[in-house]
Parts: sequence; structure tokens; C-alpha cells
Amino acid sequence: MDSNQQISKSTNLQINQTLHLADTALILGQRNSDWCAHGPILEQDIAITNITLDLIGQARNFYQYAATLINNAENKNETEDSLAYLRNEREFKNFLICELPNGNWAQTILRQFLFSVYQELLFEKLIACNDQQLSAIAAKSIKETKYHVKWSSEWVIRLGDGTEESKTKMEQAIDEIWMYTGEFFIANDYDIIDVTSIKSKWLEKINEIFEEATLSVPENTFMQSGGKNGIHTEYLGFLLSEMQVLQRTYPGANW
Amino acid sequence: MTNTKEHILSLLEQVSDPEIPVLSILDLGIVRDIVCTSDKDVVITITPTYSGCPAMDAIAFDIKLKLIENGFENVNIIYSLSPAWTTDWMSEEGKKKLQSYGIAPPQNMSSRIEKLLFEEESHIKCPRCHSTNTKLLSQFGSTACKALYQCSNCKEPFDYFKCH
Repeated sequence: MDSNQQISKSTNLQINQTLHLADTALILGQRNSDWCAHGPILEQDIAITNITLDLIGQARNFYQYAATLINNAENKNETEDSLAYLRNEREFKNFLICELPNGNWAQTILRQFLFSVYQELLFEKLIACNDQQLSAIAAKSIKETKYHVKWSSEWVIRLGDGTEESKTKMEQAIDEIWMYTGEFFIANDYDIIDVTSIKSKWLEKINEIFEEATLSVPENTFMQSGGKNGIHTEYLGFLLSEMQVLQRTYPGANW
Repeated sequence: MTNTKEHILSLLEQVSDPEIPVLSILDLGIVRDIVCTSDKDVVITITPTYSGCPAMDAIAFDIKLKLIENGFENVNIIYSLSPAWTTDWMSEEGKKKLQSYGIAPPQNMSSRIEKLLFEEESHIKCPRCHSTNTKLLSQFGSTACKALYQCSNCKEPFDYFKCH
């Protein structure tokens, strides 16, 4: 950016906020899409890929808005595609939990559950925020998220309170990814809503479902963070190289 | 100009949902506004059903094509997210068409209460034998907007266009 073309701090925060929401939805969608044709049974394969479609649709809405904000502020020509396909690892602001490998079905289910419960609470707040477009996207998306919460909650119960093996796998999944949930509630300078304020409601819901699933919420564990600021796990680079290879190799390709 | 608007509506009636060709985009309730600035220029506002519905781009393309074929020159499509689309905007005519096409139409949102875990929308009428003795197989069906049900009477599986 030219030094004489400084964009205002508030616009910059607004752009970063929108990119954080977009990246989070896109990266989780990209991960979940790996289940396509690999789900445990056909109906659940279709379920997880439909959830993926919702997430990618949400990401598109956020990216389109981010592109408008950037182009208005900086005289650039960004599009939803350039933002998704042509930014580097450090520019992505998604939560770390989204970029983790899928693991087994239990781990995928658990991540979707922990994330969707958070996303529903976040969208409830975003609907009431003073950014009209973010509010509109949230109001649209929350209807989809409610289905994701219901579906993933039922699976957490089914597996947790299932067989010895399914319970063990859920417990291993909790050990593996719980430490990535702390980041949901760490405030960042670009947050338009107070994310710390939804933590107690989130925990309440997780506790309620875990209790029914005969699972326990870990206490006082170390929490990993960094994604919101572009500091990622080693997994994101590999994910991006696969997701972006076509546009990187044949710039502007479309069909 | 009012004639033009009626003319446009009659053209849009001919644009169908690519996933469910029996429904026109007017039946779906996704056309939110039509503004003609002249006999050649028109702005159509549409709203997506689901955020990720892949039919939206195809629909926008089909609207442009249909209007340009019929003498319009500048067709501008605006996507509007707010207020969010709901199945309550689907026409009664559209619901009947869905039923005879083999897809159970959505119930009214007002008659729907928030479902508890492992509960499902009940009394969904089988589009083939019309029994309401049906059960949910999967919340997610062949497209994002549908759930998969099975009739316990005639045993046929069928799609249900879920409330949204």
C-alpha cells in the first residue's frame, strides 16, 4: 500500500474482521470437503458435505464483502477468488481448530460441534452489530448453523454414549483438539463484538451435551492460539498449497 | 411501465430452479424486487435460499438470458441477503407443484417449533401415498434445502423440502 494512500484504522479493522470470518468458514469447509465420498455411511457423507457447502457459501458472502471494503478503501481489484486463492498463510486469520487434519469421524464430529455451537452464539451477536452487511450475513447463516449444531450434538451423544470404542475415540478427540477452543474467546483488536462474553454460554452448552454423552470437559488445560493473528500450525500451508494450486499455476483460470 | 413489469414477471415465471425444474423462481420466492428504469434496462433483486446454494449463479445467468432474449439490453442482478429467505415465501402453487413432483413441500415456519435433539419434524405427508406415517432418515438430503424421509406406509424414501 502506498504511504500516501493510508486506509483508516477503522476500515482496516473492519476488513480484518471480515477476513477472519471468511477464512474461518472457508478453511473448515475445505477440511470437511475431504469427507466427500469417504463418510462412514452415505447419509452422513451427504450431511457433512452439505455442512461444507453451507460453510463455503458463508465464506463467499464474507469474502465478497471484504473485497468490496478493500476495493473501496484501496483502489484495488480484489475478488472473492483472489482473497481465497492468492493470499499466503500468514495472511489467513482462521482459527487454528479449522485447519487441523480431520482425524477420524469422532474428531471431525467433535470439531464441528465445538465450532458450530460457538458460531451460533457469535452470529446471534453479529446480527445485532452495527455493520449492516455482517449482520445480514449472520442472519442468513445462523439458520444453517442451527442445523449443524443439532446434527453434531446428536453425533457427539451417539458416539460418547455409544460403544466402548466410540467413547474411547471421542475421549481421544477431546484430548487432541480441546486446546484449540480457547482461541474462540481471545479478544482481538478487530473484533466487532465482545467474544469473551459468549464463553460462559458456550461452555454451558458443551457441558450439557457432554453430560448426555457421558463425556467430561477438560479443566485447566493449556490453550493454543495464534490463528486470528495469522500465526498458524504447520497444517495450514499444506492445506493452502492443495486448495490454491490451480489458481497459482494457471492464474485467472476459470470454467 | 407497469406493463413492462407484468411482462417481466411473466418472463421470470419461465425461469426455473435448475435443481428443481418444476419450480419457477417466482414460486421459490427468491425474486425480491424488479425495477425498470426504461424499456431496455432492468434491475432484478434476488435473494439466495441457502448461503452455499450452487443454483444461484445459474439462476442469475438464466434470468439475464431470458430477459435479453426478450429485448432487454441491460439486466442487472443484485443479490440481497436481508431479510433472509424463508420457505414461507414459497407460493402455494409452488408447494402443490413440489408435491406432485415427488418432493414433500415445507411446512409453515409458524407451525414449526424448535426441535429438541433426536426429534424430527413429524406429519410430513408422503408425496406418493399421502400417508403421514413417515420418518426422517437424514436431516440432509440430495441438496442443502432438503431432508431425506421414508414413508412407513408405502416404504418409499422421499425428499422433504425442509422449513427454513
